[in-house]
Amino acid sequence: MLKVERLYKSFDGFVAVSGAELTVEQGQLVAVIGPNGAGKTTLFNLITGMLKADRGRVVFNGEDISKLPPHEVCRKGISRSFQIANIFHRLTVFKNVQVAVLSQQGKSGNLFRPAHRMAVHETNTILESVGLLEKADDLAGSLSHGDHRILEIAIALGNQPRMLILDEPTAGMSPDETAATMALIRRLAESQGLTILFCEHDMDVVFNTAQSIMVMHYGKTIIQAKPEEVRANKDVQDAYLGGEGDA
Amino acid sequence: MQKSTLNPNVLWPWTLILVLLIFLPFIIPRFYTYILAVIFVTALLAMSLNMVVGHGGLFQFHHAVFYGVGAYAFALMLMKTAMPMWVCFTVSPFIAAAAGFLIGWFCVRLANLYFAMLQISLGSLIWAIAFRWYDLTHGDDGLHGVPIPDWISSTSGAYYFILFFLVLCLIAMYIIYHSPFGTTMQAIRDNPARCSAVGINVRRHQLTAIVIATFFAGVAGVLFVVLEHSVFPDLLFWVLSLEIFIMCLLGGWFTFAGPILGAAVTVALRTFVGIYTEYWTLILGILLILLIFFLPEGVMGLFQRKLRNRRYEEGAPGKRRHAQG
Repeated sequence: MLKVERLYKSFDGFVAVSGAELTVEQGQLVAVIGPNGAGKTTLFNLITGMLKADRGRVVFNGEDISKLPPHEVCRKGISRSFQIANIFHRLTVFKNVQVAVLSQQGKSGNLFRPAHRMAVHETNTILESVGLLEKADDLAGSLSHGDHRILEIAIALGNQPRMLILDEPTAGMSPDETAATMALIRRLAESQGLTILFCEHDMDVVFNTAQSIMVMHYGKTIIQAKPEEVRANKDVQDAYLGGEGDA
Repeated sequence: MQKSTLNPNVLWPWTLILVLLIFLPFIIPRFYTYILAVIFVTALLAMSLNMVVGHGGLFQFHHAVFYGVGAYAFALMLMKTAMPMWVCFTVSPFIAAAAGFLIGWFCVRLANLYFAMLQISLGSLIWAIAFRWYDLTHGDDGLHGVPIPDWISSTSGAYYFILFFLVLCLIAMYIIYHSPFGTTMQAIRDNPARCSAVGINVRRHQLTAIVIATFFAGVAGVLFVVLEHSVFPDLLFWVLSLEIFIMCLLGGWFTFAGPILGAAVTVALRTFVGIYTEYWTLILGILLILLIFFLPEGVMGLFQRKLRNRRYEEGAPGKRRHAQG
């Protein structure tokens, strides 16, 4: 479904991504791991068009999307959440998701119809599936940190994506919240057949959830394989798991 | 807090104010009728600015330019061509919107302060044209004695004419504010990067918002000419741009009607304190400092927050409104 081929990106001489390779199959739950600064977020930014790659290709469903701006990548069916909660603070929770749904329906430019009657069902369905329906009328800025992260995912779902990219969905969460969020992600993958690509620091979370793991180190892909193979790989142990302490 | 477009709680006070405004000219002296009309025109201008500043997050620092363009276009067409008044009236806001499109097209390519700087420089260019092109605009002297039809040339005639179009524009603005376009624009204000990640073409959206806002600024410019029968370069000078920016801040730029209040306060200050001292801007300045410290969301913003808190305490009856879909 998604194929990243030898991707390179540098900022003023600093090489953030140098030769990243990634394959995501339809319906798979794929994790990208690697130490801080390994280039995970940069890779996600390259895939979603937030950054332009220096070299290499991003192929989605047989189409090269590496030159497209973010909003067109999104229209191809790739939706993402951000590492730092990236929501619309002054809008209600309902509107946060509704904006994405309206965009997906191609109605964002409508000037004359009252928005409060549009896309209500779709928006509520998403809010219900992530458990935020109770807070639909709260201002997004007033939510707790955990709920911010959930709202992040809900906004990404608003586009009815074929593939969901989650950048550290559980960053800053308590163990309980982390477990609940990962359960939510697994549920989404199963019930909606969603393809999900995510990156994560918590190794337990990754090895329990992902069907395929890609390991990045200094912007380079070391390996992409099944969890047990990754665990057994010598290079990975040297580069990352061996160091430990990096929870 | 999902407000309905036709919520009677919102509609009632506005209807009451409108009825009051319709009857006021029969009671109050002509001078006050005139001041009210000035407030209407200024309020419309400030409201149009707030469409991009408060609801769009764009640093449109030189918005008065489009007000001036609308006013000059209207005055010049009335004076130099034989076109009927209604044609001039309709065309002028579109000329302002065209200027908005032209300047906006360049500006939306830049972010934040760079947007503001380019906007100010390109706007000042248009001011320079109005100021220097003596043959056409009479430069600093401006154009006076614009032939306004008799039926609206009196103060009360102009008053009702302006009031009518103010209400019309406010209704249109309200509909746009609550439309998907308006909602998306507010989302862009809060977080442009997130918006492009949900598939919104942010630049095109911003440019559309600028064109719409400058159209309404053009309408305000035309109404100014109807009231004053003259135009002069001050209409598109940056000082005025700053003034209307302050009005938006003062009234509450995240609210819908805040700028109306801001315009009323500013015009009232200029008129009534300006009689006693030419340093009336000093009071405006002090007001602004107090505002930034104590009411960062403006006067209306404060009211809205109070209202929201009260609804929470009452157990928030409207809270589950979306549940049934």
